[in-house]
Amino acid sequence: MLKTFPAGGVHPPENKITAGTPIKYLPVPENVIIPVTQHIGAPASPTVSKGDSVRAGQIIAAGKGFVSANVHSSVSGKVNKIDHIIDSTGFKQTAVFIDVEGDEWVESIDRSSSILKETDLSPEDIIKKCLDSGIVGLGGATFPSHIKLTPVSGKHCEVLIINGVECEPFLTSDHRLMLEKGEEIIAGIRIMMKALQVKKAMIGIENNKPDAIANLTKLASAYCEISVHPLKVKYPQGAEKQLIRALIKREVPSGRLPLDVGAVVHNVGTVFAVYEAVQKNKPLFERVVTITGKYLSNPGNYFVRTGTPLRHLIAAAGGQPENTGKIVNGGPMMGKAIVNTDVPVVKGMSGVILFDEKESVRKTIEPCIRCAKCVSVCPLGLEPYLLMTLSERNLFEKAERERITDCMECGCCSFTCPANRPLLDYIRLGKSTVMKMIRERNIK
Amino acid sequence: MMGSTVIITIITLSLLALASSVILYFVAQRFRVFEDPRIDEVQAILPAANCGGCGFAGCRNFAEALVKAETFEGLNCPVGGATVMNEAARILGKVAEVVDPTVAVLLCNGSPEFRPRTSRYNGASECRISHSLYLGDTDCSWGCLGDGDCVRSCSFGAMYMDPVTMLPVIIDDKCVSCGMCVKACPRHLIELRKRAKKDRKIYVACQNCDKGGPARRACKVACIGCGKCVKVCAFDAITMENNLAYIDAVKCTFCRKCVVECPTNSILEINFPPRKPKAEPQAEVAKV
Repeated sequence: MLKTFPAGGVHPPENKITAGTPIKYLPVPENVIIPVTQHIGAPASPTVSKGDSVRAGQIIAAGKGFVSANVHSSVSGKVNKIDHIIDSTGFKQTAVFIDVEGDEWVESIDRSSSILKETDLSPEDIIKKCLDSGIVGLGGATFPSHIKLTPVSGKHCEVLIINGVECEPFLTSDHRLMLEKGEEIIAGIRIMMKALQVKKAMIGIENNKPDAIANLTKLASAYCEISVHPLKVKYPQGAEKQLIRALIKREVPSGRLPLDVGAVVHNVGTVFAVYEAVQKNKPLFERVVTITGKYLSNPGNYFVRTGTPLRHLIAAAGGQPENTGKIVNGGPMMGKAIVNTDVPVVKGMSGVILFDEKESVRKTIEPCIRCAKCVSVCPLGLEPYLLMTLSERNLFEKAERERITDCMECGCCSFTCPANRPLLDYIRLGKSTVMKMIRERNIK
Repeated sequence: MMGSTVIITIITLSLLALASSVILYFVAQRFRVFEDPRIDEVQAILPAANCGGCGFAGCRNFAEALVKAETFEGLNCPVGGATVMNEAARILGKVAEVVDPTVAVLLCNGSPEFRPRTSRYNGASECRISHSLYLGDTDCSWGCLGDGDCVRSCSFGAMYMDPVTMLPVIIDDKCVSCGMCVKACPRHLIELRKRAKKDRKIYVACQNCDKGGPARRACKVACIGCGKCVKVCAFDAITMENNLAYIDAVKCTFCRKCVVECPTNSILEINFPPRKPKAEPQAEVAKV
């Protein structure tokens, strides 16, 4: 019997079209647009100005404060301008525009393909390197990783959980990474175990990726402290709390962190980035992006430099089909539609999906029939129909009591609703309003 | 046998009724809630719209507040206006504050003609939701989103969505300036401005705080913050802040000089008679 989390969850059609496509390197574009904030937390501030020459791997925006991350140039060239752009989140932010000249990297980066399995660095040095390299959680949340690697006094971490679940339909970037960069990932896990000073690491992979499971099991067999766990396929297993529940059967209480139950969760993409930062001195300026869609002529997985305008990636995948109705950044369940194809690839972008007009249109909203399907699929045990109604009628205090802030916006409720009600739209609105209320209350 | 049962029943029930009435009388005396009779009087003259424009939950709460208040400072019923407030002041023996009547005004003129749509939003159609998700379906991140939260919030039927301009329209005659639409708009595009004679209005129909270039690219009728109107105004009624002009409705004398001066036509004049030819020398030149 395979492990999984008990409450809720759905089974959307997998559509992993690109699972068999090896990762290719996307050619460096002529110019890149690098947003200075590609993480959760305090925005970074640019450290370069117009006319400066930069090399790939050079820092161009420095993080401010503890919850923040550095941003590095992904190319070599001249800074054209620093201006506002609309990024993949749909909001405005500052970005550095760089005209590419050649492909010169900072000397300290090891560009050889040799695999360095061991490191002599102390835990502090490893964390320092992650901080300097601007590593953020590549599963999509883009939370600065050095924070999750830093020990917290009074809390003991027992197990490092590696998230290779990739439960979102369509996306295959983590799957390909586990297949092709398995040795690096295992080395990265051992580095992170050293930083966290834990004795045990568990890799959770959904059972729809048997090749990745076989590959990592084979590689991990050399180390008794690393184990690979196949998981039953169910969305949203890749969510931190659900994965912890599935693997170690502990429930993270509402409003608490995984560390409170002795676990730290990192995505496999992050592990690979940590390996590159620590062993190869390579800051995070390149990541695997899945470009997919049923109507694309050439979908695939690519190593893309951050800041590459999306249209280059779409062109590499065979160009935008004429009947494209929506381009989604991220998975189809939690992703967000983008406003135009000039938006740059950022650290948190795991995939880009092109839907045609038929697929992207929302169905007509009908009245709620109280079937409670949304309640039964909610992995957090919330009552989505109620939260939606409360948000709709501005009853935010009541929504707070109903624990609207626990919602992780996985979208199971909207996915399953037979009346096509926009449950998540309203819950998200209610959640952000309640969060704002809480912040204001805390200031007082 | 039958007769005695009836009599016993009648006697028992009567005694019970008597006992309960005595108890109820004393309980009513003990727990009597004194309510100022003036509250009912004041409530009777209020418009009973329960719109919340006064800042209270409903007309009853407002009446209570009026009766409790020492002075009428800061208390105003925008629906009833001066008539109702003076009447309330008469009942309570106080002096009503003079508050200029106001009317809601939409500070955006970005119809599709001036502000082309660059993307399409396909989600729950409420402004507050689309506002929380992204910058809007045009390049202007300040303007009207066009999903009509304000229209839904209006309980006086004073607003409707214009299908051509995709903007809400405020019917001046019906607007009571309760301020519900002001609260409903996530982009703060509705302002309550002083109501002038014949409902005349001059205002900057824009909230775009971007610099001139981006603002102009996003919308042809955006305020670009050039400051020409500030220079031409002889009454210091126009101020410039964050690349955005603002006309003070109290100071404005409706001379209409700024309207002609504005290079992007972002200053609107409403309910004015057509201009005389001599007031517009530029038009004359054009005719020649």
